[in-house]
Amino acid sequence: MDLFDILVSILGSTIRLSVPLVFTALAGLFSERAGVFDIGLEGKMLAAAFAAACAAYVTGSPWLGLLAGIGVSVAFSILHGFASITNRGNQIVSGVAINFFVAGLTIVLGQAWFGQGGRTPQLPPDGRFSPIILPGADALRGVPVVGPLYANVISGNNILTYMAFLAVPISWWILYRTRFGLRLRAVGENPGAVDTAGISVTWLRYRAVICAGILCGFSGTYLAVAQSAAFIKDMSAGKGYIALAALIFAKWKPVPVMFACLLFGFLDAFANFMQGKAIPGIGEVPVQIFQALPYVLTCVLLAGFIGVARPPKAGGVPYTKER
Amino acid sequence: MSQAPANERAAIELVGIDKKFGAVHANKNINLSVAKGSIHGIIGENGAGKSTLMSILYGFYHADSGEIRIDGKPVAIRDSQAAIAAGIGMVHQHFMLVENFTVLENLMLGAEGGMLLKGGVTRARGELKRLASDYGLEVDPDAVVEELAVGLQQRVEILKAMYRGAEILILDEPTGVLTPAEADHLFRILKVLRDQGKTVILITHKLREIMAITDTVSVMRRGEMVATRKTSETTVEELAELMVGRRVLLRVEKGAANPGAVVLSVKNLTVKDGRGVTMVDNVSFDVRAGEIVGIAGVAGNGQSELLEAISGIRPPTSGEILIDGIPIGRADPARLRDLGLAHIPEDRHHMGLVLRFEEYENAILGYHRDPKYGGMFLDLDAIRKDAVDKIEKYDIRPPNPRLKTANFSGGNQQKIVVAREIERDPKLLLIGQPTRGVDIGAIEFIHRRIIDMRDAGKAQLLVSVELDEIRALSDRILVMFAGQIVGEKTADAGEQTLGLMMAGIAA
Amino acid sequence: MNTASLPLPGWITYGLIPLINLVLAFFFSGLVVWFIGENPFDALALMLEGALGSGEGIGFTLYYATNFIFTGLSVAVAIHAGLFNIGSEGQAYIGGLGAALVALALDRYVPWYVTMPFAIAGAAIFGAAWAFIPAFLQAKRGSHIVITTIMFNFIGAALMVYLLVNVLIVPGKMAPETRTFLEGGQLPKLDWLMALFGLKLGPAPFNVSFLIALAMCLVVWLLVWRTKLGYEMRTLGISPTAAVYAGIPYSRTVIIAMLISGGLAGMMALNPVLGASARLQVEFVGGAGFVGIAVSLMGRNHPAGIILAAILFGILYQGGDWVSFEMPNITREMIVVIQGLVILFAGALEYMCRPALARLYYSMAKRGV
Repeated sequence: MDLFDILVSILGSTIRLSVPLVFTALAGLFSERAGVFDIGLEGKMLAAAFAAACAAYVTGSPWLGLLAGIGVSVAFSILHGFASITNRGNQIVSGVAINFFVAGLTIVLGQAWFGQGGRTPQLPPDGRFSPIILPGADALRGVPVVGPLYANVISGNNILTYMAFLAVPISWWILYRTRFGLRLRAVGENPGAVDTAGISVTWLRYRAVICAGILCGFSGTYLAVAQSAAFIKDMSAGKGYIALAALIFAKWKPVPVMFACLLFGFLDAFANFMQGKAIPGIGEVPVQIFQALPYVLTCVLLAGFIGVARPPKAGGVPYTKER
Repeated sequence: MSQAPANERAAIELVGIDKKFGAVHANKNINLSVAKGSIHGIIGENGAGKSTLMSILYGFYHADSGEIRIDGKPVAIRDSQAAIAAGIGMVHQHFMLVENFTVLENLMLGAEGGMLLKGGVTRARGELKRLASDYGLEVDPDAVVEELAVGLQQRVEILKAMYRGAEILILDEPTGVLTPAEADHLFRILKVLRDQGKTVILITHKLREIMAITDTVSVMRRGEMVATRKTSETTVEELAELMVGRRVLLRVEKGAANPGAVVLSVKNLTVKDGRGVTMVDNVSFDVRAGEIVGIAGVAGNGQSELLEAISGIRPPTSGEILIDGIPIGRADPARLRDLGLAHIPEDRHHMGLVLRFEEYENAILGYHRDPKYGGMFLDLDAIRKDAVDKIEKYDIRPPNPRLKTANFSGGNQQKIVVAREIERDPKLLLIGQPTRGVDIGAIEFIHRRIIDMRDAGKAQLLVSVELDEIRALSDRILVMFAGQIVGEKTADAGEQTLGLMMAGIAA
Repeated sequence: MNTASLPLPGWITYGLIPLINLVLAFFFSGLVVWFIGENPFDALALMLEGALGSGEGIGFTLYYATNFIFTGLSVAVAIHAGLFNIGSEGQAYIGGLGAALVALALDRYVPWYVTMPFAIAGAAIFGAAWAFIPAFLQAKRGSHIVITTIMFNFIGAALMVYLLVNVLIVPGKMAPETRTFLEGGQLPKLDWLMALFGLKLGPAPFNVSFLIALAMCLVVWLLVWRTKLGYEMRTLGISPTAAVYAGIPYSRTVIIAMLISGGLAGMMALNPVLGASARLQVEFVGGAGFVGIAVSLMGRNHPAGIILAAILFGILYQGGDWVSFEMPNITREMIVVIQGLVILFAGALEYMCRPALARLYYSMAKRGV
């Protein structure tokens, strides 16, 4: 393989590895910009993956799988809202609880229903979202540079991948071009301003966490019904936290979120590629460096060494009308 | 008593509004009528119930009983949305702005005019231009709010209300954060609004503002509406008296002061608050051993920041503080205590006490490092014995050092603080609002202790918004206004003279 | 005034409300069991039998409880200073490195009781070091400690995997773990303690770490309620403004509290690494750091409460194993479900029942008068 082929292959897997991060980080974006911290992203993604795999297996339709994934993920969002908005509980604790609950429940139910040690049965090819070959991909394959990039990076992904990258401009548009987005950004900064403007803080925040639930539904479904063909226990494998890191690294802004996710996805893809290979003069680079890098970069950012990351001002604080 | 003043031209009428918070009767049977197209001032001391009343009007609280009428028709104001719909706009004391939003975005929040912002933006821009030219409310629509000066931020608050079609504009202590020039500009704007037929309600405790721009003024005192006057037919003196009421005169037996050497010296001190507003502006004074220097002033004129700077809590922007002639530099509160400074803070709930601690734990707050309370470990026997001694000496009730501090009454809580600070036998004592929320018996007791301290040759700096208290205790009185010391008087200065100085009218 | 916000007597706040929350958590756990077609009461009986029905069961229960006492104390110390340390997991993991290095260095030369104090120190120092950077960033740069400690959990995990796979691994072996410590690097089991009660420990790894954990409960109690440092931490934790007034240095107090918290988390490693498996293995912490959050919350951040909550979770872990053995339909992960529900009800929904209880209490009190 020459260098260019390697690059194309790494870029292709970068895209595939970024998709769940993009969905999940955008989910965090909606929740946290509204002032509700969400470390339960991981759990919601996992729950959605399980629900999607089960539904897709039973019905044979990946779309019904997606619907189930979204439904279950939204249910957990509402639970998070009930704890942290309605009951003014600690948002971090609520997120931790959801992560635990889901990590256990998916395996318990999976074992009880399918008896495969927490796995769900393998989905048939038409039970999954399969790759879409874009028009002209095969014809262009022979064209130097552009051809392989088009055929192997842009084309040949499943529909959810395209939806993920479509979700970025849509999220941007919702946040910055709609009434809902304006109010959502306002409630994360100063809920008092929203309240005195005659808008319900509670209902607004609930809608924000529901948006987060929908997006986590997509990311979970992607894991189980597009990237894989079954639910495997703990298949989210910390992606929820990497997405959280990407969200912070992107300073809570939608388009930078995409680039942060692509960067972290690239690190992951590059680490996979480098596994067992030695760089001349340096030797084998431990794969763990690439695994730790997203978190290290985020901490460096938080320490204020790369610009200033300003979290939404009202984040983590339940709103009380007291004055 | 409950008869409402009839006025056909009334923009808004309150009839028999009553509100209790637990045991606190914040508003007692309030009747008020505000004429259309006028500026109506509501004046009263802190805690007189002005803000509660306005919060009821804006739907933040619900009155226990009473009626609100707008243009003669009864309305139910359940929430802010209903208030906005009824044509009421409010400029809050703490601005309700989203700081990282532009002016335009703040303007549109809650009044976007559709699901998408696009159409609304065009409309808001046009409306902003019109409001700017009609009322002199110019502000760059694309400026980010946090980058605007405080005066301009307030203008955005006014614009928000106007944009929502407010006919009645309520301003809660609007000049607290403004420079005098900004305040003058605000007043011009309010007059334009009135001349265009809007109704303005101005809540303040500053007499100067009332006299300067209102048409009518109502006075609140301890939850009651005690009088309403045409501004042209009243005087500052009458209003001051109505605000304060005829109180039981505080009398404290004390002999002549015998001032000794200078203990505290403040030189050209300037202090800014968290927002960068100058709260203490180039202040200089001395406090000598054996005297009580009182700082008179309406709340919010820089007294709090002055005390915080001297006690090491808030670093000064410039200037010098010396204790016994030695500059204290950036010494922290612990170091200052070692130098012989004690501090009864203005806010016992957030500073002077940890309410969830047991009494004995609070009895050492700030002095807990003293070796007599143990080395690395707390010597609980010594601490509790000490606490019991103070409980006896200061008659703190119930006499139980193991009781949670939150369960003591206000007066007894304050005694815990006073006992702790005075019993250290400091050479310099800073005293902030020593008797706020304290019953009469405890007031007398605390005043007696302060005089005893003076007679024992201690230097004391007293800040209080109670003018009677300042006059009863102080040997010298400094009057603070807008961050500056505007004059010095002896203890026998008349209440009216001081009141005028506190209002920034005469020096 | 609204009765819901009125104060309630201690037996409701500290007794009834936590009990109701726990019952709710178990009620929903029972629903899950019922949902997958098993009898929840049978499962409960099996769980108690497995956890407490034999010397071996009790030994395992207390072995798990030991882990949770350490991590619970770690979370509690930070909470007293107003800090939410969710990095106990990573601090325990790195603490294992400290403990293992000591054991590897000394086990050939000295008996276990000489190794032990050094291993305690090694575990505590390594755990504290891992808490230092988040603490420093919180104290000096205002970075949110919750976020930085999450990040450090993952950085720690990557570091440990690297070390075990590339550095500490026994040459020629596949498993990413250190060599097995000799007897001088192992903490002995507490057979004699069980024998006092006429019980046989069997293969359960209940070891001296349990006694260290109990000692740490005492140390933490002394620290928080009997030392001046603890006084300053509590002041800062309850009222940051009063702490400023009292001249309590913010940065110093935050950093020291986090070092102690990290040290306690690190010491958790003694139990599995030196006590049970006698080697350092990948992912030996296994979520105990997060369980510490639940244990601390349930135990109201008090060592006595933490011991009780840790034993409860120990019963869950050991009993859960037993249940999954006897009822193949219920997997071991049922424990994690219950754990999640306990954290949800005892933590996030802590005050859910309070308004209703307050109304009930005051209406009964009124009728009583």
